[in-house]
Amino acid sequence: MELYLNAALLTLLSLVTIAIIRERNLFGSIILFSVYSFIMASLMIVLDAVDVALTEAAVGSGISTVVLLGTLHLIKAKEELPTKSTVLPLTVVAVTGLLLVWGTCDLPVFGVSDAPIHKHVTPYYLEQSIPLMGIPNVVTTVLGNFRSFDTLGETTVVLTAGVGIMLLLRSRNTKGGDQI
Amino acid sequence: MQVFEIVASYYNYAITIFLMLSGLYIVIAHGNLVKKLIGLALFQTAVYLLYISSAKIIGGSAPIIDERFAVYSNPLPHVLILTAIVVGVGTLALGLALVIRIHEAYGTIEEDEILKDMDKSEYCGRKVEGHQ
Repeated sequence: MELYLNAALLTLLSLVTIAIIRERNLFGSIILFSVYSFIMASLMIVLDAVDVALTEAAVGSGISTVVLLGTLHLIKAKEELPTKSTVLPLTVVAVTGLLLVWGTCDLPVFGVSDAPIHKHVTPYYLEQSIPLMGIPNVVTTVLGNFRSFDTLGETTVVLTAGVGIMLLLRSRNTKGGDQI
Repeated sequence: MQVFEIVASYYNYAITIFLMLSGLYIVIAHGNLVKKLIGLALFQTAVYLLYISSAKIIGGSAPIIDERFAVYSNPLPHVLILTAIVVGVGTLALGLALVIRIHEAYGTIEEDEILKDMDKSEYCGRKVEGHQ
């Protein structure tokens, strides 16, 4: 059952991706991207990543769409038809694809329980979550305790991005004021 | 049935590669800057899919400890990808802020036209300096 749902959602994802590539209207592309993120969030639930699904639904298909639509409102542009040939991009993509397929050969089969990734630190996290922290949700424990420095780094990156956006858009406002 | 299971065991990787290449293609082949950023975001979500697929154990449950379950999927990639999603939206927003500034300076967000404008760059450079 899990495998069928997984395969169905993955197929849907690739169909939406093809639609995004073909869509020339920017508004349409943004809405399709929102749909894509929502299907991705559903897929995350099937793959047992409930916390990631929540974040992807809120941030990926919510905030990203709002930010993209806000930009579209400010610039009001339509995508032009491409003037360049698509031979070079297709070649680059094909070569990268071959490399990726070659790299996939070494990966363990999907969904087996004895893959190396499940053997290293994860058993410790799963066993010690309740004795050490008393929190049943292991993702919360790892995020807030075992690997809280990762989270600190993440907040630093978000702060930097926020400061960057503020500086970029603030100078815009004062400049606009000068022109008026 | 047997065939489906063999296909299913590599289907995640195949679709991950397809999504990644689609993102790459959009970034290289499309000239519109907003579309390029959407392509970049597609590429990022493909990476999320790769990580989360490797965390899944078939028959396992979400990593929330309860005595009714014995097998849990791996929580570590989930944590890494939670971080990546938030950082991803940060970079997307920063990129879009840059697009807004580029639109102000050049009046377009098509790569070709911006490059054409930059060829006449003496004029453009002086104009921007004059403003400040």
